[in-house]
Amino acid sequence: MISTAHVLVLSLALFTLGVVGMAVRRNFITVLMCVELILNAANLNFIAFSRQLGDLTGQVFAVFVITIAAAEAAIGLGIIVALVRLKQTVNLDQVNVMEG
Amino acid sequence: MTWFLVHFAEIVFYSLAAVALAGAVGVIAFRSPVHAALSLLGTFLAVAGVFVLMQAEFLAAVQVLVYAGGVMVLFLFVIMLVKARDIPDEPQYVRRLVPAAVGLGALLAALVGVGIWAASGGLPADGAALRMVAGAPLGNTEAVGWSLYRDYLLPFEVVSIVLLVAMIGAIVMGRKESGRGGAA
Repeated sequence: MISTAHVLVLSLALFTLGVVGMAVRRNFITVLMCVELILNAANLNFIAFSRQLGDLTGQVFAVFVITIAAAEAAIGLGIIVALVRLKQTVNLDQVNVMEG
Repeated sequence: MTWFLVHFAEIVFYSLAAVALAGAVGVIAFRSPVHAALSLLGTFLAVAGVFVLMQAEFLAAVQVLVYAGGVMVLFLFVIMLVKARDIPDEPQYVRRLVPAAVGLGALLAALVGVGIWAASGGLPADGAALRMVAGAPLGNTEAVGWSLYRDYLLPFEVVSIVLLVAMIGAIVMGRKESGRGGAA
C-alpha cells in the first residue's frame, strides 16, 4: 500500500523543481514548462487526497485543473509567438518594454 | 518472489516517481528547449502512471491525451516555430537564487511536514467510493462523469467559457498585424 505521504513528497519535489526552474531559467518556453510541472504537482495532491478520503471531488477538480492548464499553455504560447514577432527573442531578460 | 508480489505497487510507484523527478530535473537542466520538452513528456507519462496507482484511471487517460498529446505538441510546435535558441543563464541569477532556494526549501519542508503529519492519520479509503455511481459500483470514468455533470455542472460550463476565451485570445495574439490599424 502506497501511503498518501509518499505521493505528497513526490508532489512537493515536482513543485519545488518547477519553482526553481521558473527562477533560474531565462527561456520563456522553459518557464512555461515549469508552470506545467507545478500544475501537475497540484493534480497529484488532489488525486492523493481523493484516494485518502474516498471522495471523488478531488478527481473532478483535477479535471478542471487540467483544463485550465491547457488554456494557460495555449495563451502562454500565443504570447511567445507575439513576443518573438515583436522582439525576436524568448529571453525574459530582454523583455523590458514596460520598464520605466 | 513473494516479496516482489507483495511490494509490486511500491516498486512501480518508486520507479514512476524516479522517472517523474528525472524528467523534472531534465526540464530545468537541459539547455535545448526540445530536450526539455521531451523530458517533460516523461514526467507527464510517469504522473499518469501514478494516477493509475491512485485509482484515478480516467484522469490518467486524460493526462496522457491532454498533456502528452495536446500540450506537448503545442510546445514542440512553438519551439520549432520561433526557433528558440539556447539561452545562456547568466551566473548572477544562479548566485542570487541560492538564498532564495534555501528559504523556499525550509518553508516547503515545514509545510510538507505539517501536511504529512495531518495526512498520515489512518489508511486510505478502499477506493470503492471512487467507482460508485448512484449506489452502483460501475467504474471510475462513469463516476467522474456522474459527479462532473450533476454536482459540478456550473463550474463545468464556466470552464468551457474559459476555454473559449483562451482560444480566442490565442488566435488574436498569434495572428499577424494587418495593414492599417490592425488590432495587435
